[in-house]
Amino acid sequence: MFSETAIRELEETKARYPDRKAALLPALYIAQKEFGWLGAEAYEEISATLGIPKAAVRGVGTFYSMLKHKPMGRNLIRICTNVSCMILGAEKVVDFLRRKFGLEDGSTTSDSRFSLVIMECIGACAIGPAMLVNDDLYGNLTEKTIEEILSQYS
Amino acid sequence: METFLLKDIDNPNSANINFYINNQGGYQSLQKALAMSPAEVIDMVRKANLRGRGGVGFSAGMKWYFCSLNKEVSPKYLIANADEGEPGTFKDRAILEKRPHLLIEGMVIAGYSFGAEYGYIYLRGEYPKAKEIVNKAIQEAYHKGYLGDNILGKGIKFHITVHQGAGAYICGEASTLLESLEGRRGHPRIPYYRLANVGAWGKPTIVNNIETLSNVPLIIKIGPEEYTQIGPAKSPGPKLYSISGHVNKPGLYELPMGTSLRELIYKHAGGIRENRKLKAVIPGGISTPVLPPDKIDCAMDFDSMRNAGSWLGSGAVIVMDDTTCMVKILWRALKFFEHESCGKCVPCREGTGWMRNIVERIEDGKGTDDDIDLLMDIVDNIKDKAFCPLVDGAVTDVESIVTNFRSEFEEHIKNKVCRMVNA
Repeated sequence: MFSETAIRELEETKARYPDRKAALLPALYIAQKEFGWLGAEAYEEISATLGIPKAAVRGVGTFYSMLKHKPMGRNLIRICTNVSCMILGAEKVVDFLRRKFGLEDGSTTSDSRFSLVIMECIGACAIGPAMLVNDDLYGNLTEKTIEEILSQYS
Repeated sequence: METFLLKDIDNPNSANINFYINNQGGYQSLQKALAMSPAEVIDMVRKANLRGRGGVGFSAGMKWYFCSLNKEVSPKYLIANADEGEPGTFKDRAILEKRPHLLIEGMVIAGYSFGAEYGYIYLRGEYPKAKEIVNKAIQEAYHKGYLGDNILGKGIKFHITVHQGAGAYICGEASTLLESLEGRRGHPRIPYYRLANVGAWGKPTIVNNIETLSNVPLIIKIGPEEYTQIGPAKSPGPKLYSISGHVNKPGLYELPMGTSLRELIYKHAGGIRENRKLKAVIPGGISTPVLPPDKIDCAMDFDSMRNAGSWLGSGAVIVMDDTTCMVKILWRALKFFEHESCGKCVPCREGTGWMRNIVERIEDGKGTDDDIDLLMDIVDNIKDKAFCPLVDGAVTDVESIVTNFRSEFEEHIKNKVCRMVNA
């Protein structure tokens, strides 16, 4: 069930659009915050609250790559490997995560400490290779700096 | 050059409304605009030749004029497109995070000019910090009376809501953005109608780039005569160039429109790292044709770049030195387009994957002699045959990279290996 805070947030959001259906993408974010990821329960709640068929909710939810469709670790690493980051060594950084933590694209460490998602451009090309850890942006990554950065996240 | 868009961005208070008002003369353009008639504001922006910074370069004033003709229809909408997803581009991030009030002021002026009362900032999900900062700035603007139902006591109404995207490049395309805003999958619309007539929720809608809207306060402040003195008169104004890759000083540079690509790379960005040789430049984001080193003496404005055989795009310059494998670059670009294809139409959904597959095997040393011809055959079959321009971005990379670096593809096929360091 959605918490009262979530329901209030949803109502406020709906009021900002001429049509309740427009609140769907914001609602997916709210549900993700509420449940940690988007599973059957989240889709059902959104469907009931906004009056949108479950299939439509799921159809929209699965379209967007930043929404989580399975449980993820406590810290989410989103690393860019697009051209600017790639030519400055992004693949070496991804390799390091594979060796050090056994992380592959979309996987989570067994202690649930980290999940990894390989991203398309995150708009940090001047400081490539770059990544987001949760909402924090880091750039000019090397094997050495990424190890230091990740040690701050438990 | 004195900066306008990036003014004082190193100051920690640059996003604060009091700093904007007291130190930068903020919201004075809004006061000036509200003293003019809406038609006069549109006229001023038309005369200033403000062209869309998202890449298409269409006249913003003309767009607003078309929308303003829908006099009987209400409400109208203004969408600020902050779905900055074109790889290599990080210009709107700076405005959103450092100068949000410049954008808000531009939006209110734009809304006033063609009669929009509601604005949405479609902000990409990858910029969580920007969302916080812009939302705070919007609250400040409401508090000071620059947003609301009675702006500056003049009975003008304008409201702004931030709508967060969730990681879909295609939502940067205007009609797709509206689909996403309305709560659907990000699929482009068939362009039966101008969005200025039938856009968001079927109402007249203008979608403008963040940088475009942020130029508006300057135009109102200095007037079209002075504005068209900045850069070429038909494509004028200050321009943000994002430069990344193998240069000594990658970063964001505000320069007059029409600055030469060579000057940008060698003067402002400090030249190629370790004094290496330049190999290739993507001049305007990954959807623009790649230029070889002998083609960089071109002015970076909308018209000159077309004459040079590429496009200005978003002004995102990606520089590659002689350690770069161009087959690998094409492979990565196609992987991007394959991933970001929305799946609505077959030429794009299938074609991008087919092309990535062929280039991947060439890079892996498993290419065959007819692979290059096969690749170009697919290009022929999908070019200009899709709903939206996404596939043309992929096609343009294949055409420009294969044309300019064909021997590299042949070498991969012949030697059955990639010999480049940076691959």
